[in-house]
Amino acid sequence: MTFEHIVFYAISLILLVSGLLVVTVKNPVKAALFLILCFVSGAALWLLLEAEFLALTLILVYVGAVMVLFLFVVMMLDINIAEMREGFVRYLPVGGVVAVLMMLEMAMILASSKTGLVERSHPVSHGADYSNTAEIGSVLYTDYVYPFEIASVLLVVAIVAAIALTMRKRPQTKKQTPSRQIATRAGDRLRMVDLKSEKKQP
Amino acid sequence: MTDVTTALAWLPDFIEPLLTWLPIWAQILVSSLLKIVLILVPVLLGVMYLTFAERKIIGYMQVRVGPNRVGPRGWLQPIADTLKFLTKEVILPTNANVYLFIIAPMLSLVPALAAWAVVPFLDGWVLADIDASLLYILALTSIGVYGILVAGWASNSKYAFLGAMRAGAQVVAYEIAMGFALVGVLMAAGSLNLREIVLHQSGGLFQWYWLPLFPLFVVYFISGVAETNRAPFDVAEGESEIVAGFHVEYSGIAFALFFLAEYANMILISTLTSLLFLGGWLSPFDGLDWLTELPVIGLLFGNGLHWLLIKISLFLLFFLWFRATFPRYRYDQIMRLGWKVFIPVTLVWILVMGFAMFYTPFGHWFH
Repeated sequence: MTFEHIVFYAISLILLVSGLLVVTVKNPVKAALFLILCFVSGAALWLLLEAEFLALTLILVYVGAVMVLFLFVVMMLDINIAEMREGFVRYLPVGGVVAVLMMLEMAMILASSKTGLVERSHPVSHGADYSNTAEIGSVLYTDYVYPFEIASVLLVVAIVAAIALTMRKRPQTKKQTPSRQIATRAGDRLRMVDLKSEKKQP
Repeated sequence: MTDVTTALAWLPDFIEPLLTWLPIWAQILVSSLLKIVLILVPVLLGVMYLTFAERKIIGYMQVRVGPNRVGPRGWLQPIADTLKFLTKEVILPTNANVYLFIIAPMLSLVPALAAWAVVPFLDGWVLADIDASLLYILALTSIGVYGILVAGWASNSKYAFLGAMRAGAQVVAYEIAMGFALVGVLMAAGSLNLREIVLHQSGGLFQWYWLPLFPLFVVYFISGVAETNRAPFDVAEGESEIVAGFHVEYSGIAFALFFLAEYANMILISTLTSLLFLGGWLSPFDGLDWLTELPVIGLLFGNGLHWLLIKISLFLLFFLWFRATFPRYRYDQIMRLGWKVFIPVTLVWILVMGFAMFYTPFGHWFH
């Protein structure tokens, strides 16, 4: 067993245990934090596969942005844990069927001789100066340019739709227009008045 | 896998014979640990004396003297502060989530220190010269916000929670502007490796990226100030509204860790700005051979670590200067600046750069 094997098994163990804890732990905030641990261990596994661009992007996008917002929402929600637990037994059969189906599907794809995943040889290991980032970039913008652009358009549509859905006209809200604030001069707000000084009463 | 010669690369020569009796993996381990110590001890000392410099400099800016009691002219003040932090009790609030409450300060300090692994100090003087070092730094600095979020939530306090919410939204917003500013640097340098980005800027003051990428430079540094939750963007602490924000329930060394993380992040942002936009260790006189070939003082004018340190100190001074000068931004104004000003500015400049590099003869300005 080489050092890499030890690292692989240690990280995989952390990944599996934290994945299990995501669904079993009672507190939703802790569940979200375990999900973050899952992502980080997943990124570490990708690093072992020499996919450093994907690994760092996973941390940057999912851990650094998506999960922050996720945690945000989970922290602010007032979730009643007892209420959530109530339906557990009732939904257990449906959930079990879905889980078994997914496992079967995965097994069929991974173990089938038709997909060729079993016979695939060990991926070639490249040296330290091999730039993973440049490689992915050139493939994304040449061979896969249409799927890539379509995916980005879909994302933009989703962003616009999400913003449009949350936009509400609220007449009572007050907001600033900074350009008008900056354009204000003292004369607009303040009028100097000459007042005659009053004579002292005798 | 690294070999022993790269592991020993910039350590002093007398180290190598001391390690030869060890097995190879131990030699690599020991020399890497030595390098980590060589990087982190100056960083932590820098943090200690940055707190002192902050109090002194802001003191002079406000026509006060600042701390001057401990040691000659107050120079031992940071050591006294450290001892005080160490001896104080760490209070656990009632109904706080104990594990998360204790983990949170570490969560904010660890990324702030781990990011130094890829920072080059001179050509080749770097702990891990990895290809995607800029991405690594972006990834690690984006994890830092969890310390704040978890601390705010685990404290079981309204003020801490409000501070954490503010900090979370702010950091996420400014990270985008920061990332886009870095895209410009990537386009200009054609590399994600910090050492190569610096070497691309060689050739004197006007070859550094601050000039062709000026809007990105300004956006990057100001976003850096916002990322570290420093004044005028310190609504996360907002001592006049929410007492001290996310760390209000922390005391003793647990509080000191947040403090350390904040200052380590300040030094990191200053270092990155100097590396990315001001040519890192390169001298502004690079290319003027008559000056760099002068006897003795020629060394000062040549490239060297001292230039990097001068640039870092300059940006740190800006951090302190901002704090002494500007009143705190209101929360909605911070969001407006991040989303409606900085992100469009960076996007437009990236478009301008791309257009100039591929369709006009002025592309070399950006290389």
